[in-house]
Amino acid sequence: MMSFALLQAAAAGATRTSSGLEILPPPPSGGVWFLATIVKMLITFTIYMVGVMLVIWAERRICAFIQDRRGPNRVGPHGLLQSVADGVKNIMKEETYPGQAYLPLFVLAPAMSFTTALLVWAVIPYGAPWESRWGTIDMALAPLPVGFLYILAIASLGVYGIVLAGWSSNNKYALLGGLRSSAQMISYEISMGMAIIPVLILAGNVSLSRIVSQQAGRGLHWNVLTCTIAWFIFFVSAFAETNRVPFDLPEAESELIAGYHAEYSAMKFSMFFIAEYANVMTSCALMSTLFLGGWDIPFTVWDNVAPHTFLKTLVTFAFFWAKILFFVFVFIWVRWTLPRFRYDQLMALGWKIMLPTALAYVVFIAAMTLGLDAAGIHPASWQYAVIMLAANIIIAVLLFTFLDKGRLVSPAYSRLDKRNLEKLRQLDARRARLAPAHSEGGAD
Amino acid sequence: MQTLGMPHGTLSLFYIFHFYLFGLIGVISALLFVTRKSPVAAALWLVSTMFCLAAMYILLDAQFIGAVQVLVYAGAIMVVFLFVIMLLNLGQGEGIDVRGVGWKIVAGAIGLGILAQVFALTRAKTPVNLTLPQGYAAEQVAQHGAVAPIAAPLFNEYLLAFEVTSILLLAAIVGAVLLGKQKEARDVA
Repeated sequence: MMSFALLQAAAAGATRTSSGLEILPPPPSGGVWFLATIVKMLITFTIYMVGVMLVIWAERRICAFIQDRRGPNRVGPHGLLQSVADGVKNIMKEETYPGQAYLPLFVLAPAMSFTTALLVWAVIPYGAPWESRWGTIDMALAPLPVGFLYILAIASLGVYGIVLAGWSSNNKYALLGGLRSSAQMISYEISMGMAIIPVLILAGNVSLSRIVSQQAGRGLHWNVLTCTIAWFIFFVSAFAETNRVPFDLPEAESELIAGYHAEYSAMKFSMFFIAEYANVMTSCALMSTLFLGGWDIPFTVWDNVAPHTFLKTLVTFAFFWAKILFFVFVFIWVRWTLPRFRYDQLMALGWKIMLPTALAYVVFIAAMTLGLDAAGIHPASWQYAVIMLAANIIIAVLLFTFLDKGRLVSPAYSRLDKRNLEKLRQLDARRARLAPAHSEGGAD
Repeated sequence: MQTLGMPHGTLSLFYIFHFYLFGLIGVISALLFVTRKSPVAAALWLVSTMFCLAAMYILLDAQFIGAVQVLVYAGAIMVVFLFVIMLLNLGQGEGIDVRGVGWKIVAGAIGLGILAQVFALTRAKTPVNLTLPQGYAAEQVAQHGAVAPIAAPLFNEYLLAFEVTSILLLAAIVGAVLLGKQKEARDVA
């Protein structure tokens, strides 16, 4: 245990000395470190589970709001305990197994999709480090030096749960859902990974605490402003990775019943359900960490300077969660706003638009950093951030004008030209004229 | 300072425990991988072996290689394997390509030979210029991060080899696309 503590110390030390910010006292050793880690584990897990429960409730309430109905409002105040009731119901329900299913994997699959979403939280820093009397306590469970690579590695395992569920159910709809999902997740993982490279170029390291400390300040250096396109690509890929609308093809109800979890019931179904929302929260936390400065508070440097009191840790923690919840809301909002993509559109978007854009953007950001370096502008100065922001605005306007032509993904999304519109209107008018004649004999 | 990854000398209990834990799981998974009849189960046991290898790399202070091991092998290559197994629905005609006794004896002999070599290597004394000073890897990670010590030589000293390898991979991809297209064209004709 001691040597692991030392390794942790080395890792935490690395992120500080290379960050150029002030050097904090070393983390506590031995017993205090062990105790702090256990407390952090409990806090992370509790917030994660309660968070998932509340996000499910929020999804149902927001969906109801968007569709102009009430949503769950009976169990507890404003229906807050609805998820608890559903959980209890699912635990009480009988576990059913399809006769031809491959049981070991059928049982393993929900657990796998659930744990991968949870594992990512180990490296996300969710608050400013606390300079306690026993040493500096990092507010990430395990501040690994390979932080971001660890996230990519764990996220790439997320596909196993879905694929195995689809295969082991021995049901062709489930299998199709699983296969679709593996193709989709592999495709978008690549653009997701590529979208992060600009962030890593700016941070100069893959550890998440370094990425956060590089963005620290008044909010001008947040990567959403300096790498806007990268954020956009990451944002869209996150929808595909979490299998949410508009990319929820693995469980497209209209085609595949319920997709990979068609054969699941009771608590095993519930695990998939929890995993979906857990993945949404994880993606939102990643987006906040990588692009919105993590726990950084905008417009002030109060949170970035000594003394690092416990109060600062708590306030930054609240800000981090505010960012996550904002993105969760956007995820829900998009789900109840956009229709589902067709499968070929999904693949065309991933491979023909997102990947080349991400690659071109890596070159662009690398060239910008080299140019600004050559011009002698310090990366931490406000001029640097403003020049990057201006360049990003130009690029974003160009890119979105190009995308908005509507012919990139599929002709189905293009604007109607005048001639076709006229033809449709004439057709409509003819139908309207014919309609009374047809409905004469109808009883309704 | 106690460091991980020391071949001899005083090892911490933490290190020894995890070395044997992951070693045992890795070996058992590898055995299950070669003995399972179902291709999907075999592929999953291979994933488990990959995981244990990644844990071993991390115990040796090679965190980058550990993360990449999971990312590339367990996360990408094995998923594609599984994808192919499921798409083609393999495992129906089980045991067709099981080799005869002669093959098994030869395979066993080669395995024993490799095992003997590993034993001999663990007994041998490593030349001094092949070993790193104690705690060197951990120190490098602490100073330059986990990726920079690998990236710097890769993109400076060994740039040519790196680029040649990437061209090789590109040629393989182009070749795969070409083969796939040829078959398609023949089917249409």
